[in-house]
Amino acid sequence: MRASTLFGVIVFGLAASSAAGPFSNDESAEGTVRDLYFGEAIFYAHQGHFFEALERLDAELGQHRAVDEPALDSLYHNLREAEFSVGDFELNYRMHHRAGRAITAVLEGAVDEAVRNDAAYRLARIHFQKGQLEDALHALERIQGRVPEQIRDDVEFLRANVYMGLARHADAVAVLRRLQGAESLNGFAEYNLGIALLEDGRRQDALEQLERAGQVESADEPVLAIRDKSNLVLGTLLVESEQFSEAQRFFDRVRLEGPFSNTALLASGWAAATGEDFERAVVPWSLLAERDATDAAVQEARLALPYAYGQLDVHGRAALIYGTTLESFGGELQKLDASIASIREGKFLTALVREEIKQDTDWVIRLRSLPESPETYYLMELSASHDFQTALQNYLDLEDLRKKLASWLVNFDAFDDMIGLRSEYYGPVLLDVDAEFRELDSRMRLRLEQHRLLDERLQHMLVAPQPEFLATADERLTAERLAELASRLEGVDTSEAEVLRQRIRRLQGLLTFALRTEYHERLGEFARHLEELAEAIQVLSTQYEAFVRTRQAAVHSYEGYETPISRLRRRVGNALDEVNMLMARQGHLLEIVAIDELTARRERLETYQDQARYALADSYDRATKARVDSGTTAATQASGEGR
Amino acid sequence: MQKLFKTTVLSILMCLSWAPHGSAQNPSSEEMRSLDEQVQEIKSDVLGIAAELSRLEERLLYPSNTHLAVFVSIAEGEKFRVDAMQINIDGRLATHYIYGFKELEALQNGGVQRIYAGNLATGAHEIEVSVSGKTQGGNDFSRTESFAFSKGIEPKLLGITLAGPETIELGDW
Repeated sequence: MRASTLFGVIVFGLAASSAAGPFSNDESAEGTVRDLYFGEAIFYAHQGHFFEALERLDAELGQHRAVDEPALDSLYHNLREAEFSVGDFELNYRMHHRAGRAITAVLEGAVDEAVRNDAAYRLARIHFQKGQLEDALHALERIQGRVPEQIRDDVEFLRANVYMGLARHADAVAVLRRLQGAESLNGFAEYNLGIALLEDGRRQDALEQLERAGQVESADEPVLAIRDKSNLVLGTLLVESEQFSEAQRFFDRVRLEGPFSNTALLASGWAAATGEDFERAVVPWSLLAERDATDAAVQEARLALPYAYGQLDVHGRAALIYGTTLESFGGELQKLDASIASIREGKFLTALVREEIKQDTDWVIRLRSLPESPETYYLMELSASHDFQTALQNYLDLEDLRKKLASWLVNFDAFDDMIGLRSEYYGPVLLDVDAEFRELDSRMRLRLEQHRLLDERLQHMLVAPQPEFLATADERLTAERLAELASRLEGVDTSEAEVLRQRIRRLQGLLTFALRTEYHERLGEFARHLEELAEAIQVLSTQYEAFVRTRQAAVHSYEGYETPISRLRRRVGNALDEVNMLMARQGHLLEIVAIDELTARRERLETYQDQARYALADSYDRATKARVDSGTTAATQASGEGR
Repeated sequence: MQKLFKTTVLSILMCLSWAPHGSAQNPSSEEMRSLDEQVQEIKSDVLGIAAELSRLEERLLYPSNTHLAVFVSIAEGEKFRVDAMQINIDGRLATHYIYGFKELEALQNGGVQRIYAGNLATGAHEIEVSVSGKTQGGNDFSRTESFAFSKGIEPKLLGITLAGPETIELGDW
């Protein structure tokens, strides 16, 4: 447990230094987020809701790729951040495969040097987290030229970590030396340099470096934790080389309330005890023995404390403490048995998915806050194993997916009801509306055709004037009447007829005169009227379009959903089956790991218990013997004085 | 008894052997890794379903000709605290939202919240935005602003930007 916890702090350092990039500070590089849906994805990501963040961003990127003119799309200005963010969100949602693919796509695209280097760094980080060190190094080697300033230190820190993973400690030392003093890596670069030096066989340099790492100043909890860790490791190394009092100094620097406090108190006691200074050993062990009984260091201290008293010849007190320890070990063994039994009954998995566990993004802290019950007594102990962490996170993610899928299935029923109601309402209404609409539609089409013909005529007259086209109705009737009279007079060869013909011609001349002289005025009026008509037609067309859209919307509100809903219902059902199957398998594995861990813990506690029993008996014997000896001495002295 | 110390020292020294995650090779680890791959796959599938479902929901619940969505963001660099926001549209309550710490932090870090999605007829409308919270100096503030907007036949996206405790801006998107 302790090893993993300690290791976890280094990884936290890496994560902490890199997590700031993806969806917080990077935006500033190209200004604020201008795309609403990308902004929405960031809103979810900052709250740790990576599923929702991915869903929004996937959809937005999909739409962006489908538009004809990407430069006009609002995502265009944030495209690079959005593409990186997808990978980051996927990584945070523990989808390493997709994250790797997303970032590789950026890396292989036509992007500038800084972007390519950023992508290569992110890819290297994914490989590193998956334990693919050679691939991580290969990705880091692709970084050449300009590296964005905000990731420059992170790139080198990752490179050093990869070197350490590959046992290239001298290379790691060289890189880490350059990172000393880097603000964002405060404490982490110092500590890792100490470890790299140690692994490189430069023990004295390592001790000096760890001493420096153990004195870094900060108010940040992660930095304070790595500082504690540096002191703890340094103290342990000094104990190894039998520099007990020197070691004490560093154990004492570890904070009493930090994550390494219990280990440091235990080690501090052992450093003193190994140096035969049992009075000093009693101090940290007494403090530690009062702490949470499920912690392995506390259990060890409860055995070590009476041992120290025994060494100080305070056997009576030692015997009393051994008695209390045995009692507490008995209690802990019962708790372990109850935990194992509870896990076998399936209560462990139920406890893991309790609602209160969702109150905090840090699940380890969440586990701390769970109410005490057999299935949760030793969760903190289990939580430190990496396999267990991965399995637990997957189990919680699967539970989250299960809840989502189950609620979607219910939604489909609601959709069906909604569509049914809409169909019942709109079906009959649309029949009447359509009948009325058809009549209006034919009248409108007629007017539109008339407008088109008049417009054609106007255009024609602008080229070739035709005054008769602009005659009023009276003028047209008069002209027709005159033409009719003229035709009736055809072939009549009398003087009266000739007089009438002349009158007809005069009247026709008058009409022609009026049409010709008023032509331009009439043409202007015609054009004006036609324009007014065009405006009226525009209003009509808008209303017509609005009606058509509304009608379409009404129809679309209940038609065309059957196939997609049925397909989605089937997909959701299949996914739910798959999730349930995976949850069962994942849960079973979690139970196995938990039971294995707790059984090992139980065995160790039983060994402690045996040791405590023997030590208790021994202490009683010694205490009794001491009492007898002191009684004999007193009697001898008394008889001597009597004589 | 001294053996205990060796156990302790060993457990501490284990932290010095530096290795990334996933280096253990016991059989259950292999099985867990295989399960992990499958979990990644089902996550991908469910994300695909979620995307399709979102499109369907949007089409069904908010047809494009009546769709109105209201988004909220906080101007860059602003650190005042927003406690609650109420939005009325045409005099009727559209939504009332109380902010938690994480949501506020997400907004201050460039996040954009879709605070309301609904349906609205085409034409002229009015939106009233009320915000309450605390200034960076710790004083309570409350502010209400009204804006006119018009809804056409296309979806309408409105963006409310809180440019300061006393400044509410509305923009089209």
